[in-house]
This record gives sequence, C-alpha cells and structure tokens, in this order.
Amino acid sequence: MAEIKVVPLDVGRSCILVSFGGKNIMLDCGMHMGYNDERRFPDFSYITRTGTLSEHLDCVIISHFHLDHCGALPYMSEMVGFDGPIYMTHPTKAICPILLEDYRKITVEKKGETNFFTSQMIKDCMKKVVVVNLHQTVQVDSELEIKAYYAGHVLGAALFRMKIGSQSVVYTGDYNMTPDRHLGSAWIDKCRPDLLITESTYATTIRDSKRCRERDFLKKVHECIEKGGKVLIPVFALGRAQELCILLETFWDRMNLKAPIYFSTGLTEKANHYYKLFITWTNQKIRETFVQRNMFEFRHIKPFDRAYSDNPGPMVVFATPGMLHGGLSLQLFKKWAPNEKNMVIMPGYCVAGTVGHKILNGQRKIELETRQIIDVKLSVQYMSFSAHADAKGIMQLIRQCEPKNVMLVHGEAKKMEFLKQKITQEFGIDCSMPANGETVSIPSQSNIAADISVNLLKRNAALAGLSSSLSTDPKKLCTLHGVLVMQDHGMKLIEPSQALKECNASEHEIRFTSTVSLPPVSMDALYKTLKQRFTGHTVQHTSDGSLVVDSVLIKTANESDEGTDVLVSWPYQDEELGSSLFSMLQSRFCKTEPQ
Amino acid sequence: MKLYCLSSQPNAPCLVLTFKDCTVMLDCSLDMSSLMHFLPLPVVHSERLTKLPIWKPYEDKESCVGKELKDCGGHVFVDSSLEFCTPETGLLDLSTVDVILISNYHTMLALPFITEYTGFRGAIYATEPTLQTGRQLMEELVEYCERVPKLQPATKWKQPDIIKTLPSPLREAQNVPSWRKCYSKHDVNAALSKVRFAGYAERLNLYGALTMIPLSSGYCIGSCNWVIQSEYEKVTYISGSSLLTTHPLPMDTAPMKNSDVLVLTGLNQTPTYNPDSMLGEFCSNLAVTIKNGGNVLVPCCPSGVIYDLFECLSAFMDSAGLTQTPMYFISPVADSSLAYSQIFAEWLCISKQSKVYLPEPPFPHSELVKNGRLKHFPSIHGDFSNQFKTPCVVFTGHPSLRLGDAVHFMELWGKSSANTIIFTEPSFNYLDALAPYQPLAMKACYCPIDPTMNFTQANKLIKDLKPLHVVIPESYTSSPTMLPHRNDLVVETDPPPTPYRRAEVLPLPIRRRYEKIEITQELASTLTPTEVKAGVFVSTVNGALIVKDNKYMLQPLPKSQSAVPGKKRKREEEVVTKQPKHYVYGNLDIDEFVQNLAKNGITDVKVEDSPGGHIVHLQSEDTIIQIEDGSTHIFCEGNEALRVKLRDVLISCLPKF
Repeated sequence: MAEIKVVPLDVGRSCILVSFGGKNIMLDCGMHMGYNDERRFPDFSYITRTGTLSEHLDCVIISHFHLDHCGALPYMSEMVGFDGPIYMTHPTKAICPILLEDYRKITVEKKGETNFFTSQMIKDCMKKVVVVNLHQTVQVDSELEIKAYYAGHVLGAALFRMKIGSQSVVYTGDYNMTPDRHLGSAWIDKCRPDLLITESTYATTIRDSKRCRERDFLKKVHECIEKGGKVLIPVFALGRAQELCILLETFWDRMNLKAPIYFSTGLTEKANHYYKLFITWTNQKIRETFVQRNMFEFRHIKPFDRAYSDNPGPMVVFATPGMLHGGLSLQLFKKWAPNEKNMVIMPGYCVAGTVGHKILNGQRKIELETRQIIDVKLSVQYMSFSAHADAKGIMQLIRQCEPKNVMLVHGEAKKMEFLKQKITQEFGIDCSMPANGETVSIPSQSNIAADISVNLLKRNAALAGLSSSLSTDPKKLCTLHGVLVMQDHGMKLIEPSQALKECNASEHEIRFTSTVSLPPVSMDALYKTLKQRFTGHTVQHTSDGSLVVDSVLIKTANESDEGTDVLVSWPYQDEELGSSLFSMLQSRFCKTEPQ
Repeated sequence: MKLYCLSSQPNAPCLVLTFKDCTVMLDCSLDMSSLMHFLPLPVVHSERLTKLPIWKPYEDKESCVGKELKDCGGHVFVDSSLEFCTPETGLLDLSTVDVILISNYHTMLALPFITEYTGFRGAIYATEPTLQTGRQLMEELVEYCERVPKLQPATKWKQPDIIKTLPSPLREAQNVPSWRKCYSKHDVNAALSKVRFAGYAERLNLYGALTMIPLSSGYCIGSCNWVIQSEYEKVTYISGSSLLTTHPLPMDTAPMKNSDVLVLTGLNQTPTYNPDSMLGEFCSNLAVTIKNGGNVLVPCCPSGVIYDLFECLSAFMDSAGLTQTPMYFISPVADSSLAYSQIFAEWLCISKQSKVYLPEPPFPHSELVKNGRLKHFPSIHGDFSNQFKTPCVVFTGHPSLRLGDAVHFMELWGKSSANTIIFTEPSFNYLDALAPYQPLAMKACYCPIDPTMNFTQANKLIKDLKPLHVVIPESYTSSPTMLPHRNDLVVETDPPPTPYRRAEVLPLPIRRRYEKIEITQELASTLTPTEVKAGVFVSTVNGALIVKDNKYMLQPLPKSQSAVPGKKRKREEEVVTKQPKHYVYGNLDIDEFVQNLAKNGITDVKVEDSPGGHIVHLQSEDTIIQIEDGSTHIFCEGNEALRVKLRDVLISCLPKF
C-alpha cells in the first residue's frame, strides 16, 4: 500500500526528509562544520522548488544539541522561512541556543563572515520550539504522533518515533548503547516500526571495553604531564567534556596529582549548571547520589584564562570547539603544536575538512585560512570517546525495536556496507544506505483496520472451545466466520444474521433432500459409523429414530428386506457437510451396486 | 466492568477496576484519620504525657482495657504505637491485581501493605517526581515511628463489644479491623522497587488490551489523573487536581472528554476557605507573633505547598522587616525534598520551567538556603540545637501532631501565649489535632491552604467533560456534616452520580460492542463485496483469527490441513468446512430460474403453481423443486451431480453476499 520515502539532504551533517502517510517530516537540521561557505547549510531547494517550507513540512524534529544536528535551524526557520512546530527535548531546548550563539560569534564576529543568522534569529527560532518529554505521546496533528526515547548520546539526546495510522518510523539521531560516566544507555520499546533510520558512525568498530579506553586515556595524559608537556583536549562544551572531567577529577584525587586542569570559561560553568538542573537526564548513579554529592561540582578543574597558555610546566586544558575548527582550541593548538612534548587528544569524531580531521589522518603540515602553515610536532592521539553506538549496539537496538526495514545514515560507506550485510543476514530484513540526495522508497504493506462485534468474537471463541480471552492456545487454528459490512469508509465485521437485519434483507432458505438406498442397516450401526467418521461434528440420535449430524438430518423413508431407503436433508448453510455425508453414504454402502 | 472500593475516604482513595479481563488498582492511599485517636509520640520524654490518667468508665470501676486508654481533659486516647487505616483487603484477591496506577505522592503511602503482604505480582506506575517524593514521605513516616522507644500495641479496646462502650469519638472510629502499625524501611524499598516510571501523556500498554494515560492534574509536582481506555471504551479517574496557578504544570483535561465512566475523588477538604486569603492571614499572624517575640510553628508535609510558602514568606518577611528572622525546615528528608524539587523542571508550570533555560533553579529556596535565610536539619538533635535562635519560624512534621518533631515544639512552646501554631494542611481537623495538648496557652490559627478543586469547579468540569456515568465517594452526595446548610457542597450531575462506599463492589454499566481487528491485504483481496443496499457493501468472510497481545488479526485460512507434512490425518475422517462461503437472500424469480436451467441443459421442466409459490418438476429425474417466498427446497433422488448443478443454477439466480 503506502510507501515511506526518505531523502537524506546531506551527508556529513544530519538533515533527513521523511514522507509517509501524506506527511513530510524533517529529521534534524544540521550544519556542516567542514565548510565556510553556503555549503555549510543544507540545500532546501529540493523542498522549496514546489512551495515554501511551511507549506511542505508538517514538523521538524531535532534529536540533540550538537551543531551537526541543529546548527542550520535558525537559517532554515528564519532565513529560508518555516513557521511550523519544531520538536525537541527540554535540555536540547536549553542548550541548543547557547551553542548556536557561541558558533555564531566565532563565525561572524571573529571571522567577519556575513550571510549568517543573527542573535535575534536564534531567539525567534527557539520560540517555534515545542518541548517533548520522554515517552510522552505528542499529537502533532490529528494523524501524526511522535514519541521520544532516551538516547544517551549527550544530555537531552533522544530517539524519535513517528506514527501515522498503523505505519511508523524510528529515527535514532546519535545514540549510545553502553552507559558511561554521566549518561545512561539508549532504550526503546518493541514498537516494531516499518523503518528504523539509525546512525552508523561506528559501523564496524566493536570498541574495546569502556574501562580499557579510560585507562588508556588516563595513562596518556599522565605520561605527558610527567614529561612536563601540555595536554590539549578539544571538546564541545557539553557532553563528552563532562564525562572526561569526572574521569580526570577522580584520577587526580586518587593519584594526588598537582598539575593544573583548566576548562575554557563561560560556556563551561554554565554547562555544569545545566547538568545540575537536568540531573534526571543523567545516569542512575549520579541521580541517586546527587543530594549528597553533586558530581558536576569539580574541585581540581579551574576556569582557564588566555594568559595561562604561555605558562611553563605541564597542564591539561579542555578547550572548545571539539573539531579544532576555530575558537580557543585552535588557538592553543597553533601555539602548542610545534613542541613534540605536548599532546592533543581528540576525544571524538571529526568532520572532513576540519583541522581535527586532517591531523587525525596523519597530516603533519596544516595550512590555515590565513595561509599560515603549522608544523604539527606534538603527539596526536585519537580516543573514541564519542558516545555513538558501535556495531554491537546498533544490532542491539534493532533487536529491541524489531523494525521491518533498516536504513543506515552517517559513517563511511565501506564500513556501512559490512554492517548492512550483517543486518540482512542476522535479521532477514532489508537494509539500505542511501547516497546524498538519493530518494529511498520503502514499500510497506499495512493491514486494513476494521471493527469487529464483540458478540461475534465471543461466539467464535466459544465455538473454538476457548475462554473469553481467545488466547489460550496460540497454535490451535481459530477460524472466524462473519460478514464484512462497508459503509461510509467504515468497515465492520458482524454476525451474518445481524448483517441481514441491517440491510433489511431476509435470508433465502435453501434445503436439499436426497434419497440414498442402502443395504439393510440399523440406525445404530449407521450412528456408529458416522460418529467415527465425523469426529469434528455432533452426531445425535433423536427420539423419533432419526440421526442428526450438526444440522444434517438422516431419516429412514422405506425399510424392507432388500435394503433401507434413507433421506438425507440439509440446509444450504451446511452444504459442504451435507453433500460430503451424502456422498459418503452413497459410496460406502452402495459399493456393490454402483449407479 | 466492576469497581471495587477499598477505601471510602475521598482524599485517601484506593479503588480497583476490572475491565477487559484486566485488574487495575487506582491509587493506594493510607487513611491517616486513625491517628487522631492516639496519643502523640514524643521525641524527648514528656512528663505531661506520661502522667495523663488512665481512662476508667466509672470512677470506682477498673477498666477492662487495662492501661490502653488515657484521658486528656475528658478526651480519650489510645496509648500505643500508632496505627494507620489500610485499604480493605478482603474484597478481592489482591494477588490478581495486574497494575497499580498512582496519582500523586499522597495517594501511594499504603503501597507496602498491598505489594508486600498480599501476594501482589503486578507492576506499579507513577511519575518520577511522585516516586521520589512519595519515597521521602514514606521514609519520613518510618523514621518518625521508629526513632521513638517501642510501645506496646493496644488490642483490647478494639474488641467490638468493648468499642461500643467507649466514649465518643473513639466509639465512632472507622474500620478499626484494618488498622495496622507502620511498615519498615525494608518494606518501603521493596515496594518502591516495583515502581515503573510514567510520563505525562505517555500511552502505557497493559497486555495490549488497555491503554493507560497519566495526565497532569496541576495539584503537586508530578501529580496526575488517569485515562484508562480500550479502542472503544474510556474510563477517567480524577484524583487530587487543581485549577489554581501554583508551581505544578497545569491540569490537562482535554483527553478526558466523553468518557464512559468518570470516577471523581480528591476534592477540596476545606471548600469554605479561600487559599489566597488564607495565605494573607498566615502572613499577618506570623508577623504579629514574631514582632511580639513569639515563635511560629507550621506543622507540614515535607513537600508541596511548603515550596510556595518559602517563596511567599521570604518575600513577605522582607517587606515586613523580618529578614533577620530565621526559617527552619526540620525533616529527615528536608535535604532531598529541597534538592529534588529543583530537578523536576519539566513537571513545573511554564514560568518555573523557563528558569532552567537561564540556567537558574526553578524555586528560590536554593538561594534562601545559600544566604542562610532558610536552614534545614534532619531532626532537632545534633546541629540544630547549636544554631537554633528565637524568635523563629519552624516548618516540621507531622501535620497530625501525633508524630515527628512537631510534637516536641508543641511541648516546648505550647505553654506560652506569645507563640502561634499555624495549620496549613487541610487533611486533619485542627481542633482534633490539638486535643491531646489541652490545655494550651499557645495561639492556634487555622489557615488551610488546599489548592485542590472545589465542588463548583468539579461540577463545571463534569459538565464540560460530558461523561456518561459519574462515580463518586458517598460523602460527595450530601452536604458536609459540619455544614449541613451548604447544599452547594455536593457533586451533582445529570444523570445522578453513583456513590460508592467502602467494601462495596459496583457493577459499571458498560457494554462492550466492538473491538478492533486488522484484515490482511492477502485476505482482503479475495473478497468480492456486493452492494446490498445503496452505499452498503457486504461480503462474507472466512478467515483464520490470530490473537497476539490481545490484538486481533484476520488472515486467509491455511490451504488444506491434510497438506501439512508430518501431520497426516486418519484416512477415515472427513474434513469439511463448517461455514458457508456466502449468504443468499431475497426471492427467486421463477422465470429467470427456468431460463437458466435451460441454459444449463435442463429443459425437461414443468412449472406448477402451488399455494405458497411454485413447484418445478424435473420429470425424467424424479426431482422436485419447491419454491416459496424466501425459501427453496430441492428434493432429489440419489443423483448428486444433478443436485449440484441445480444448486449452482439456483444460487446464480439469487442475490448474495
């Protein structure tokens, strides 16, 4: 019947258009961090060539506050123009405008770029946001409903399920299936969507245990500061940063270390505030102990001042932004890169085009926009701390929600291809991985919804010898006989007698009476034979000497020494039984004298 | 559909609804009105209480209840460990309860009695704030009961033939056989470990048969009403709800419209007192007392209205020049209550919610704690004694004045007329609460602040929601006993509401007529509907019914059963489908029938008129077809092939579906 259409508007950021059940939904509205021109925003002309965004889109859903998922939102809603509802969770609504403003400042005020959204646009855009709580069913309109589930990627990250009639689609955004130091793991119920759109950033990495990665990280940091080096950890202000802070804080405590740890100011202190107010979105352990000790009040970690960057001696600095594409992290990188004693630890994925991506690919000479060339001598470490699901996690989510189709987005084609094969093999379901701008149609067959009269259901249950709940033995075939009445787009299954009544029609009764001549046989013998042969039916002796099999009547018409003439009479409703019974009598008892 | 009433106290509801083979408990409240019959549990030894005379029926006669009862100014109290009135347990087998739905943290305090002592195996649903705050209330209750020396339970006075000889009000004590002493910390943890979180407007599913939806009720943080529905029937359960604008998210009423049954409980307990003017009175009494050097005691619950009180009072005290007067909040759960209230922003009204975007905590009490205006302590022991300064305002439990630190402050401040006790909690009669402390010099002010819906609001709400049937506690059908002339303080609906009493089972007048079913495309494509009446298309359906999670699906019948490999049927058995493939209706046109017979090669027919219609005679075959209005009878000799041919011609001439 109806198909589900998916168009990823771009790869390298998230912005996906989903159409089904007559509705168009935009999933995320991300910005590409690797570009500095108009290519950083998605190309909405795909949609707008047939009208405005408001006309075409029923709603926008934002999965979490990372800019590659929400960075183009003010551009879309205020510059291209969209007045419909934008759905996101509470923490996302709180944090997203701060990151947008932060990014805007770097781009416009520092780099002097134009054609970018303004502070006012961010504010106006946020006014269009409708907040969604976890598990709340939000009715977008009379047909479309959405529901958010915990995703555990960053504070407030959510998976979203969209449902229209009996069709549904789940979009994961970014998610994490293993609880970490501050967040819990993603969870979804067995909602059996027609399509699951999942990220596959770590499509083939089966990451080693969390504990090993943490030990590795601490060891590297420790070695570097022992040698008197400086450790730069580029992070986004919210998310991974808090987890690594908790990690270093406890390590410094345990090892009694003295080297200073700094966190770039402004955003960060505020960020920790958000974590305190949104404690319910963190993991169980933090939630249970926050009254006694709030994990987001750090003792060893101090705010950073630019003057500190030239201080001698070891230090650890968390600096924004996370992909070394501007701001303080890039400044510190430029300063510290030429010294091989120093170290930069990239704790997450970097988009192609960013400095982070270049150094991770082993580039040792980086040319900046200012034509300045940096010699990268410091040690470059990559630690996959990004809270994405790995292959195992993705498979786990598929097992949890049991989709009929899977679509992979985000990630490297080769690795995705491998995962795709694995999914098809293990679950026997279709899996696709569309290219940029390619439309994918997922056929989905939906059943036809009808009403059934409770009387009919109960009568069938009684016939099948089941209790009223009908569910006693799932293996036993339960047949249902009724009449489907279609009127005014409605459909109902009712009892035949009621259907006739409703149509002001009376049944035309048909009865057949046939005669068969049998060799001399007593009714008792006949009774026994029938009882044996027709086990699924009621065979009865009546008071006047006839036999009744369900509604089929068998009566002696003529008895003599040569044989017995038997009348078999049945109504059309029992035609199949009547005729087979009659044929049986004919063939079994009259074998000696075939007709 | 039935409703079992396990508690009749309208503000301590506990009901059980059976609906579509599911058993759903609605709330699980502890009725604390029993506390009024007991002597207070002192935190520190009280000379006065121990010296109270033992009650005797007559001057010279020894009482048959021994030392169980004490006399305080002509009022008789039970001197034993405290007992609470638990829900009725004998009305139905509570191990069959599938799920317990909790409305708010006040209506869950009996959970351990049900979940730990009745074989209960089901699930419990509550919002996260309800669970956390409910846990605090339970922990506070357990702590208050357990930290005092163990008292002997009293049992003799409870015997039916003795109770009736006792003086009022003990003689009228309700449901004494259901009174139990408090549960333990262990019971609380075990009971609450069974709670699952529910979010507002979340559609929770019970065995696929029922959908249960919690809706914001505006009463306290995380409080909700419940809509329980199947595809066609809807039951709405309204517990404590508020239409006032205080800190919780406002009440959501739209999804409750057009219910088949509306169960209404938890209405205002002090409907003749306006909460806003009570707040004003509270403030002026407080100011007068403090200015005269006295202290103010506010017996309260550790959560809820006190957050609003802290906010209003601090502003008022600033304006009244009382900034230096300290506020003390004493409760074993004071720290968690204050901390948790700040992290539930999404359950708060929009103005509080938007504070977290700044980011600032939703309530100002963090600020009050930070600058020392509000100090909180787990009890009067320890730190508190070092920091205690008078005059001051003390918020502490329990509002019944039978347990908790409030008992100590009553003993400490009761003798001086400079001090004032201000009652804000509506659940206890303040004169009853004060009875064991008489004679009392302290001033007592009654300023109940009950944000819940009053009767006028409830009647209007019912009118808007248009339920088919309304079920209410019996006490809502007549004016309150204390205010017999106020006949506006009742619930009136059209048709009149059905009242419930404790230990009653009400049959609810709901007939289920339809259920949802899905028909597979495969089966649907085999159907050929006939237009029997203009615009009405009808088709007979034979299918295999699949029932999964109480959802019905109809798919094509499996081909032939004997074709199933490895499952050979006995050769002797006949397998026939019992159901007809279609139905014929209307009358037979005799001319058309004869023509069609001819087309099929049967020309040897003779048609005769008969009294009821016609008789068609196939002479060579000795076959007779009797045709009447609405019926046809074919008499055949043994020629089955002919019969089948006749049958098919006949069917083709009749309208059918």
